[in-house]
Amino acid sequence: MPGETPALELRNIRKAYGAVVANREVSLAVQRQSIHALVGENGAGKSTLMKIAYGHVRADAGEIWIKGERIARHSVPQAIARGVGMVHQHFMLVGTLTVVENVVLGQEPRRGGLLDLPRAAAQIRALSQKFGLDVDPGARVEDLSVGQQQRVEIVKVLWRGCDVVILDEPTAVLTPAEVRDLFVVLRGLVQDGMTVVLITHKLDEVLAIATRVTVMRRGERVAEHEAQGLTCEQIVHEMVGRPVEQHLARQAVRAGDAMLEIRELHVTGARGTPALRGVDLTVRAGEILGVAGVEGNGQTELVEAIVGVRAVDRGTVAIAGTPITGEPVARRYRAGLAHVPEDRHDRALVLDYSIQDNLILGQQRDFVGAFDVLDRGRVRAYAERLIREFDIRPPDPDHVVRGMSGGNQQKLVVARELSRQRPLVLICAQPTRGVDIGAIEAIHRRMLEARDRGLAVLLVSAELSELRELSDRLVVLYKGQLVATLDRAQLATDDALDTIGAMMTGAWDRRAGQPAQDPTEAVAGDARP
Amino acid sequence: MKREAVTIGIALFVAALAGSLLIWFVGKSPLDVYALLLTSTWGTSYGIGQVLFKATPLILTGLSVAVAFKVGLFNIGAEGQLAIGSFATGLCGAALPAALPGPLAVALCVLAGMLAGAALAGLAGVLKTRYGAHEVINTIMLNFVASAVILWAGNAHFFVRYTTHTATISDNATLHHLGFAGSEANTSLVLALGLAAAVAYFFHRTRRGFEWRAVGHNPRAAQNAGVRIGSAVIGAMAVSGALAGAVGANYVLGYKSYYERGIGSGVGVMGIAVALLGRNHPAGIVAAALLLGTLSHGGLAVAEQVPKDLVQILQAIIILTVACVSVVRARRAHSAGAAA
Repeated sequence: MPGETPALELRNIRKAYGAVVANREVSLAVQRQSIHALVGENGAGKSTLMKIAYGHVRADAGEIWIKGERIARHSVPQAIARGVGMVHQHFMLVGTLTVVENVVLGQEPRRGGLLDLPRAAAQIRALSQKFGLDVDPGARVEDLSVGQQQRVEIVKVLWRGCDVVILDEPTAVLTPAEVRDLFVVLRGLVQDGMTVVLITHKLDEVLAIATRVTVMRRGERVAEHEAQGLTCEQIVHEMVGRPVEQHLARQAVRAGDAMLEIRELHVTGARGTPALRGVDLTVRAGEILGVAGVEGNGQTELVEAIVGVRAVDRGTVAIAGTPITGEPVARRYRAGLAHVPEDRHDRALVLDYSIQDNLILGQQRDFVGAFDVLDRGRVRAYAERLIREFDIRPPDPDHVVRGMSGGNQQKLVVARELSRQRPLVLICAQPTRGVDIGAIEAIHRRMLEARDRGLAVLLVSAELSELRELSDRLVVLYKGQLVATLDRAQLATDDALDTIGAMMTGAWDRRAGQPAQDPTEAVAGDARP
Repeated sequence: MKREAVTIGIALFVAALAGSLLIWFVGKSPLDVYALLLTSTWGTSYGIGQVLFKATPLILTGLSVAVAFKVGLFNIGAEGQLAIGSFATGLCGAALPAALPGPLAVALCVLAGMLAGAALAGLAGVLKTRYGAHEVINTIMLNFVASAVILWAGNAHFFVRYTTHTATISDNATLHHLGFAGSEANTSLVLALGLAAAVAYFFHRTRRGFEWRAVGHNPRAAQNAGVRIGSAVIGAMAVSGALAGAVGANYVLGYKSYYERGIGSGVGVMGIAVALLGRNHPAGIVAAALLLGTLSHGGLAVAEQVPKDLVQILQAIIILTVACVSVVRARRAHSAGAAA
């Protein structure tokens, strides 16, 4: 309620990590019973600010007030004792424990010196019912879907008696239907007198649910608005500091020959269970084929099998008519493959290498002179050209990659892969994950250019809006099998996102071409193999 | 480079301080003891020569550990690799015809040692690549295998009767001494320095060195870039073993003129400390080997005044402080860079 003391107030918070200032005198007041959205690009300082509010990170300067009381030496127990809880982007759950065990962890209820789980389970059941969380206290956490795990995190916060709930990028891992469910829960919380702080960079969500919006850019608070009447364009402008094109112009498809052909592909996943169960795919020159799916449904293994870092049980992969199944990785790249891996820190970059060394990684054989010695002059000239062309910052070939922003690291990977000698097939897995809006725009533009140049592009993404924006055709992967194919016209319809979301969670009747009738089928819980 | 030098400097200072306390405890003057330590090593021609002699094998085993480490492997079997290498060097030296030109004889003996070391360590690499067996376990166990094989083969065929050493090598395979008032320092120092330069050049200039370092930093990214991890692992282990196997040049060709069981023992383990102190960089390794060589020889002189264990404690303190100081400094650098 306006006029009341804010639920949470931060005054002139400053936090620096070495030379990098994450928060520059940021002030923020979160009114009680509101949903306050904190938006900004990656690295804008949103998460740091909220970790300070939660006592997880100590500010260099500034004041923290919770419900009108100034907190002198802030810490996580302090925050929880005063009713401030946080749901982190990466869940803090122990997979092998049950829901109730996870919830009580660190604050175990005891009776006569023994753990009193039944009482906690009853409390969890009551909370779950009250807010429509649908959480089974006895379920093992690793058996739950990502959406359900998130609800466990929310229960954890509520069970500890918190009435200010901070959620860090809660929708990043959810399907559209799960996002809607989450929003229902959040509205219920607010109606019950609680306060929600939402960190996000997805603006449609902000407009759908928030009451107030604070925009951050480069560690500073640049604007604050009532959410009502705001437009996406306005917020984006404030986040990025310049107008951004939301929709890129695209030419009509001129699909040519089949460049990537996958037949009856069977692959075993990292856990030893089947990850792909008979996948057939064809990507033609000049088209972008999108692959949608909840994470863990075989996307990773599909890409790994194409690149050759994971063994194929059965089936074939061919590039431009050349079979490459079982061939070593290097030969696949020579056959015309280019690959932007899903996790740039995992498979794409050597973080302790310089920009120039990462730009030639995978093509080092093309840069040797006599006696297998790297031609440093040529490497540097090549790197300088790519840095210019792709606007990689800092523009210093010797700069070590570890210290770069996620967006620039990703631009480096995209630059390297698109500048290969003779690419025919481009595999892009989560090409814009954790990348800021400006860089997303640049990467999308490059992908469309590659397609127009005649490359066959396979785009694997968890971002439905990205898939919808870029794909000429889209397939949905569910439990290692392709569920459906949508063409551009189908993608353009209003309910396309809902349809795809239903397909992704298995809540789709293939034969009838409509959502499944049986509601038990609709539980996303078994979506992870 | 600079921050590493600072790290070592701080560690040396802390170690010297702690050592002073210990010396003071046993009732001696730290200044006197340190002065004796320095004059007995770097104060005389003979002392310098002995330091160089002791540093030479440490350079080689330090390089051995560092090469494996750069590719993400922990070769702690330099002990066995240098034993089997020295044995091979000794056998080769004894078998060569006396008419062979000197340089050729030396080259063959060194090569034999390096190949034997490479084979033993390479085996650990194959076991890792093929069967996923961890190289730490393998290299330790192969130490025992090497020792047993040498004893068995030596007793059965090669040892001079009633001894545990092989026959004397032919004269043409003997290395020249470097002078230094009759010290044991010999031309194998040149070999060690040459190999240090070669390792530096390999890692920082060649395509394969580029790939191997990538495997060390991030094997999954290297694999994705088309580098064959298996061959890098086996190759790096073999090179690592070859460097340890070259130790025989110093002891067999430059000092004893035959292989004797137990020769150079301890130098392989010290190689880990050398690589740690030298931050896996060839120039740093040479410096670290000289430091430990100084302590090793200086310890003999100091032993007149203080228990000789004290010098070993000092060595241990230096290694511990370097490890601690570098961890602390790395952590600090990391938390400063985390926000970037």
